[in-house]
Amino acid sequence: MMSANTDFTLAVEELTVSFDGFKAVDNLNFYLDKNELHVVIGPNGAGKTTVLDLICGKTKSTSGSIKFMNKELTKLSEHEIVRAGVGRKFQTPSIYENLTVFENLEVSYPRGRGVFGSLMFKRDAEVENKILEIAKEIMLDHMLETEAALLSHGQKQWLEIGMLLIQDPQLLMLDEPVAGMSVKEREQTAELLNKISAGRSVLVIEHDMEFVAQIAHKVTVLHQGKILASGDMDTVQKDPKVIEVYLGH
Amino acid sequence: MSFMYEKLLGGKNGTVGFVLLATLILVVFPLALDGFRLNLVAKYLTYAFPAISLVLLWGYGGTLSLGQGIFFGLGGYGMAMFLKLEASSPENTAIQSTPGIPDFMDWNQLTALPWFWEPFNSFTFTLLAILIIPSVFAYLIGVAMFKRRVGGVYFAIITQVVSLILTVLIVGQQGYTGGINGITDLRTLHGWDITSDFAKNLFYFITCFLLLAVILMSRFILTSKFGRLLLAMRDKEDRVRFSGYDVANFKIFIFCFSAMISAIGGAMFTLSVGFMSPSFVGIVPSIEMVIFAAVGGRLSLIGAVYGCLLINFGKTAFSESFPELWLFLMGGLFIAVVMFFPNGLAGLWEDHSHHIKKRLGFITSLFSKNDTAAVAPKLEGSN
Ligand SMILES: Nc1ncnc2c1ncn2[C@@H]1O[C@H](COP(=O)(O)OP(=O)(O)O)[C@@H](O)[C@H]1O
Ligand SMILES: [Mg+2]
Repeated sequence: MMSANTDFTLAVEELTVSFDGFKAVDNLNFYLDKNELHVVIGPNGAGKTTVLDLICGKTKSTSGSIKFMNKELTKLSEHEIVRAGVGRKFQTPSIYENLTVFENLEVSYPRGRGVFGSLMFKRDAEVENKILEIAKEIMLDHMLETEAALLSHGQKQWLEIGMLLIQDPQLLMLDEPVAGMSVKEREQTAELLNKISAGRSVLVIEHDMEFVAQIAHKVTVLHQGKILASGDMDTVQKDPKVIEVYLGH
Repeated sequence: MSFMYEKLLGGKNGTVGFVLLATLILVVFPLALDGFRLNLVAKYLTYAFPAISLVLLWGYGGTLSLGQGIFFGLGGYGMAMFLKLEASSPENTAIQSTPGIPDFMDWNQLTALPWFWEPFNSFTFTLLAILIIPSVFAYLIGVAMFKRRVGGVYFAIITQVVSLILTVLIVGQQGYTGGINGITDLRTLHGWDITSDFAKNLFYFITCFLLLAVILMSRFILTSKFGRLLLAMRDKEDRVRFSGYDVANFKIFIFCFSAMISAIGGAMFTLSVGFMSPSFVGIVPSIEMVIFAAVGGRLSLIGAVYGCLLINFGKTAFSESFPELWLFLMGGLFIAVVMFFPNGLAGLWEDHSHHIKKRLGFITSLFSKNDTAAVAPKLEGSN
């Protein structure tokens, strides 16, 4: 892929992945600016999760390019992509149930990532302060010693977001972050996302239109692996193609 | 000091358990048991090394190896090769058609020492080989498996197969390995009689000290961030990978470490028992090691030691009278533990330690008038 350097945080070009001939993502072009909070919506099976899988290296693309700050990601392994500055939250909360909130954040702290580094890792003041700072941000600072298994579903979602934030990624990708949350928790999460999108790019996958309206700078509608429409919330909502897909479903 | 306390001993619970175990094996057993029984315990304790290795690898890491016998065997054979060469001096073997080589080689018409036996003339090389060869072997298996993301049942089966292949090789290559009988008739180490009572006692204490050292090293690993990562990987491997860790490297390291400590156990086995044979390498011993760890509690380093002692005392007691029954009994015990006490002896201890402590207090108060209060608390479970 020969495209020149750009100012985009993320530049996805002609990205395709096919599973046994079925194109889950089909010739996708997609750009993300710094400080942009971009939401991808679309019906079930549209390929939203697969796009995140491709960006973070979980699934290998069939063709196309993914450039993150002008660095080609398709050739890197998962941990190299993370170390380059890409964080990803999974659709079902993925935290370490048998560790405490503190330990969950500590394990995610971006130091001592090698075998010997982790053996020699010291929990110094810098680490503790950072963990406390993040815990406050995700509203779990009063539960640091709680075993993660005991958190509510919403708190687990926050914890996983915190585990990404502690690595200070330039690109943060969240797959359905408010699934299973109460109305109040949704509001708090919207606030959190608005806060953390400063200084980085955030890519969110979401179904809940009300929530999307609260956070999105830009919306992309994905349908059968292709982009149906893209732009600000109002434009997208008025787009006849979008209305058809959503009503036809 | 606080480093010692927190990192090596694992805080209060860990320290209590460690001190109890140390007292039991360093003081109570030597005082209570005769030389023959003490030597028997030495043998049991050498199995505790691979059992502890499984606590790390399986209990914490979530990777079950059904082939720890491979590494126990490699360590044991390394030591046996050195001792066998010393026992096969030209004077000792003058009646052979080729004097100066081990007797089983002579019986198998070998006329020169095979090249890979040569370096085992050196004790320094042997000690290094005991530590390094199993680790390198584990590294090769680990890279081949973990880098390809092979794990779980597949890993268990593959390690099982490797241990089977190794046994078949050893048995088949009689001239080079001593075959099914193993390497026997070991006598001296640097001219010093290893079959004397004094030597056996000494090996017992060396085994104890090495075992305690291995527990401390393992504790260090478990209390570090590495230890928390092991638990994290067991729970959500993908989350660890997508937090920037190269998961395979962590598994490879813990597998190599587990191989190395198993090998130390194997080497001490050879010294304590005086021979090494393929029956300590293959499928059955490898599975027994898993049972020791499971019965002790697979999240408890110290529990693994008690698991070993308990089952082996049982085995010795039962298999003298009902050898066939023992296998069924052990199988039944294993199933019972997995189904009803998934945390093994350590879990039982944790659940009932208050009762036991109270009762122990009662018993000691009964005996305190006489001065025979040698009550050995049995189990401990933390880490
Ligand atoms: N690894 C895979 N192998 C085969 N098919 C897949 C794989 N991952 C996703 N798919 C298919 O791709 C389509 C898109 O899935 P997904 O990205 O999960 O959709 P969603 O937009 O709901 O997140 C679905 O039809 C799904 O079955
Ligand atoms: Mg999805």
